[in-house]
Amino acid sequence: MKGALTPEAAAGLIPEGASLMIGGFMAVGTPERMIDAIVARGVGGLTVIANDTAMPGKGIGKLISAGLVTRVIASHIGLNPETQAKMISGEITCELVPQGTLIERIRAGGMGLGGVLTPTGLSTEVEEGKQVVEVEGGRFLVETPLKADFALIGAWQADYIGNLSYLLTAHNFNPIIALAGRMVIAEAESIVPVGVIPPDAVKTPGVLVDHLLIRAA
Amino acid sequence: MDAKELIARRVAREIAPGSLVNLGIGLPSLVANYVPASLGVFFQAENGVIGLGARPPEGMEDSHLTDAGGGFVTAVPGAASIDSAMSFGLIRGGHLDMTVLGGLQVDEAGHLANWKVPGKMVPGMGGAMDLVTGAARVVVAMQHAARGQSKIVPRCTLPLTALRRVDLVVTDLAVIEPTAAGLILRERAPGVSIEEIRAATEGALVVPDDVPEMALA
Repeated sequence: MKGALTPEAAAGLIPEGASLMIGGFMAVGTPERMIDAIVARGVGGLTVIANDTAMPGKGIGKLISAGLVTRVIASHIGLNPETQAKMISGEITCELVPQGTLIERIRAGGMGLGGVLTPTGLSTEVEEGKQVVEVEGGRFLVETPLKADFALIGAWQADYIGNLSYLLTAHNFNPIIALAGRMVIAEAESIVPVGVIPPDAVKTPGVLVDHLLIRAA
Repeated sequence: MDAKELIARRVAREIAPGSLVNLGIGLPSLVANYVPASLGVFFQAENGVIGLGARPPEGMEDSHLTDAGGGFVTAVPGAASIDSAMSFGLIRGGHLDMTVLGGLQVDEAGHLANWKVPGKMVPGMGGAMDLVTGAARVVVAMQHAARGQSKIVPRCTLPLTALRRVDLVVTDLAVIEPTAAGLILRERAPGVSIEEIRAATEGALVVPDDVPEMALA
């Protein structure tokens, strides 16, 4: 952990054209202050890797509305009509990935694996252009690992060394993307002294986290 | 009783005591209304909870606890929160006893199409492909026809969700069991004749001598 940054300083680390993994499921567990700062900074050409693009006005939807995203890798964009419209107009290229495959591709990227073998997507459009292998009598698609320049985490509690915990359905992609981002920036709802988060409750060890956002004003 | 309630009440009878069940958003989510708590069923929401409960009281919603559609929910005693890798490990790994999904088309081979209408609706598959591939039992809950067009067809013209044959289809007119020998008409909706079902069905049906009326939860 290198210290706590203002949202503006954290957004300043992100260059034009960067790839971002962003935690959240329909904006639950998404680092909203971080997103607001990226929108305010206005660097474009971003690739977003996330479960979904939320909806206009919330979470990743704010990046889409601001026109900063040119590429999306997600499992579902159905609740954000702006993402769909921009995909149809060609402003955004969109790779749609089955949700279980997406999280495993991210896990593979973060855990140093060469990819994932999954039966999901066999004999569907998802199979197109992909290698199929047979293992112990079963057929599997070969899915490649995913990494990103940044992982932007939305957590519940952080301590001073970056240990993170999450609440309920706000875990979602967060603990997994923490392994797959070359730089990991975490925004927590509260920052507590070391020791307040019991070791068994730490879902993302602080050794993975490069920067925390300073507490909300 | 409207068509959706009829379908939900019939699907509810398929749910085994003590099982782990995933209900899709929309019509399938209504099934939970007809499953008594005494059955000890745990509902999974793929965004990260086992033990999904009813809507919370007005004004008591928790922003960290939603279902896969982003709606506020509660959690029942014994619930567990999980990340997306665990959630889809349960689904794809065969640990989920049953999934109930909506459908756009089901064909004579029992294949389901429910994620894309090329050129019109490209929301992304979300968790659907993993659910159909991995759940122990797949039940499709849908209206028999849409805009006068039968949704039970000889062969799906829309992109498939998976190659796996679904186990049961429940509509507002009939209960149909896809098998290697074709689509078997198992039950009629109350007051609906076999002739009416045949007339409303584009795909070929295998009709046994006895086709009883549905019983409803």
